[in-house]
Amino acid sequence: MSDTHAQSVAFVRDTAIPPSPAPANAAGPVKWMRDNLFATWANALLTVAAIYVIFLVLSATLPWIFGGLWTTSSLAECREVLQGRSAACFSVLTDRWNQLLFGFKYPVDLYWRPTVAFVLLFVAAAPVLFFDLPRKLLIVTALYPFIAYYLIWGGTIWAPLFALAGFGVGYYVYSHLVHRSFAIGFFGGIAAAIIAWVVGSYLTGALASETPFLEAVPSRDMGGFMLNMMLGVTCVSLSLPIGIALALGRQSSMPLIKWICVVFIEFIRGVPLITLLFVANVMLAYFFPPGSGVDLFLRVVIMITMFSSAYIAEVIRGGLAALPKGQYEAADSLGLDYPQAMRLIILPQALKISIPGIVNIAVGLFKDTTLVSVISMFDLVGMIRGPILASTDWNGVYWELLGFAALLFFVVCYGISQYSQWLERRLATDHR
Amino acid sequence: MAETAQMKVSDEVAISIQQMNKWYGSFHVLRDIDLTVYEGERIVICGPSGSGKSTLIRCINALEEHQKGSITVDGTLLSSDLKNIDKIRSEVGMCFQHFNLFPHLSILENLTLAPIWVRKTPKKEAEEVAMHYLEKVKIPDQANKYPGQLSGGQQQRVAIARSLCMKPRIMLFDEPTSALDPEMIKEVLDTMIELAEEGMTMLCVTHEMGFARQVANRVIFMDEGQIVEQNEPEEFFNNPQSPRTQLFLSQILGH
Ligand SMILES: Nc1ncnc2c1ncn2[C@@H]1O[C@H](COP(=O)(O)OP(=O)(O)OP(=O)(O)O)[C@@H](O)[C@H]1O
Ligand SMILES: [Mg+2]
Repeated sequence: MSDTHAQSVAFVRDTAIPPSPAPANAAGPVKWMRDNLFATWANALLTVAAIYVIFLVLSATLPWIFGGLWTTSSLAECREVLQGRSAACFSVLTDRWNQLLFGFKYPVDLYWRPTVAFVLLFVAAAPVLFFDLPRKLLIVTALYPFIAYYLIWGGTIWAPLFALAGFGVGYYVYSHLVHRSFAIGFFGGIAAAIIAWVVGSYLTGALASETPFLEAVPSRDMGGFMLNMMLGVTCVSLSLPIGIALALGRQSSMPLIKWICVVFIEFIRGVPLITLLFVANVMLAYFFPPGSGVDLFLRVVIMITMFSSAYIAEVIRGGLAALPKGQYEAADSLGLDYPQAMRLIILPQALKISIPGIVNIAVGLFKDTTLVSVISMFDLVGMIRGPILASTDWNGVYWELLGFAALLFFVVCYGISQYSQWLERRLATDHR
Repeated sequence: MAETAQMKVSDEVAISIQQMNKWYGSFHVLRDIDLTVYEGERIVICGPSGSGKSTLIRCINALEEHQKGSITVDGTLLSSDLKNIDKIRSEVGMCFQHFNLFPHLSILENLTLAPIWVRKTPKKEAEEVAMHYLEKVKIPDQANKYPGQLSGGQQQRVAIARSLCMKPRIMLFDEPTSALDPEMIKEVLDTMIELAEEGMTMLCVTHEMGFARQVANRVIFMDEGQIVEQNEPEEFFNNPQSPRTQLFLSQILGH
């Protein structure tokens, strides 16, 4: 910059020399292969063997998949066309597509309703999953359960409206009582909501018209992958907050709350899910008054939610235990009260630590929804094992159907897993 | 044990502890503590490891519960009433040995969190106050980093600034420099000296005897859960009365 300098510098290059490429054996695919595949003799041997195995697998499956038939109307017809050649008979998927997705009883002309609910699910989930989106969108998320319920089950619109109103009343009472103490607000709010729901259920009965705008579909008509999605989404989103509450309750200094949580968690963890599902199928019906409309779907949701919330509670307890005591003390010493300390300091960090464990349970839960097929609910697996394989047309098409089921579950579970990895990276602020 | 009258810097009592006792289970950690701290006083507490120094100052903001006797902070009696505890905690700032910053929040968010949620300060105003204190501890340029990206000395200064954002009347320090490398100790001590010069009431557990000589009005020596001796720094260091104090000082100043 300075003048003296300018005089002393005779030549200044003003364009960069383009970098010359590294020799072929020091960079690019050749180097990569030499480093990773053929580094030593043993390494090279393993590489060759692995390539051979991959070749064997693909040479069997690829022709089977790409030679597959999509348009025949029965397995017998498939066999006729193939004439002994080995190839997939995907026609079962095209033929029974709707049954696989919606079950065999959901009214065909109403398929658009669960489809719309499914699309809206992404809109509702987005602000929760991606918290850079505007916070106002959370209103959509809050309303989504009621909209989805109305779309899928139909019937009188008063039922979801009164359910929503119950939450509104509960929150109103809570926000007016909470300044006295959190407990008063919390239990006051719950009591108010319950009263509102009881009143609402009577009013619903009185107001319901004979011919509702959206035709009612009973729970037992739900089926196919739709049922898995419904159970998975409902149970995951319910069991996370319940799991958090249980984990905090287990740490509570109030012995009663602590013991309720400990007994609940330990009991549920000691019992196989399938037992709980049988209980839901048979036993719970005795606890609810007959004709109270507590149908099998709701009973199953309660059981799966209880099951996974106990596991989530333990994962979160691990996250809470991993936090240094100093974090609690710092929050206390700044004058934050218990709910604030939990919400702003403790839970964000504990949940971040628990993400892999929670995702593990969410993925497991989603796959476990297929267990409902043993209590005669026709979810995706129930449909395959029951109506489809039992039909004369498609008796014996195992690979195609189960492969399809595996693919659907894989797509969802892989998506969840990718999301959680993104989330962990996004939340990494500790720079360790 | 007699309190000399000329130590007072004002007549306003900030903290009054009377006949306070604390047990961990059956272990008697603090025995018959009597201590009156006047507004604007700077007190340094020292003593051997395990003597109960941390426990004493943690009782003052109710991080630990005491079982007998009374603690009154700024006229509020510390009881199991949560309202009183919250009131006292928002008047009393505390700095820890291991900083205890919130790693998931940026520096600025660390500083504004308590003012926003406890004092209900509007966000904008809280951020202005936070920047003011960050400038005071000389790291305004780190506002948007995360605690994990700062050096130990910087983290401790952020922790001090975080407490100051609550505009406390009293500051407690529990060995604020003992987790730091020597070259970072000075920057933290400088911040504390500046704070003392502004007249903040301070209780400081530390083994930095230079700091005690320069800043303290009074040095308290604790051993086995008791206040063994307290005096002005000059007297305390040059003319310790009890044999235990003499032994302690010879060990700590000896090398
Ligand atoms: N949570 C606890 N449960 C039981 N005993 C404890 C607990 N915390 C501290 N103690 C004991 O109380 C005594 C005083 O501890 P304290 O931490 O106050 O000592 P200190 O003077 O701060 O020591 P240091 O200089 O090592 O920090 C010690 O003997 C310690 O073992
Ligand atoms: Mg200590």
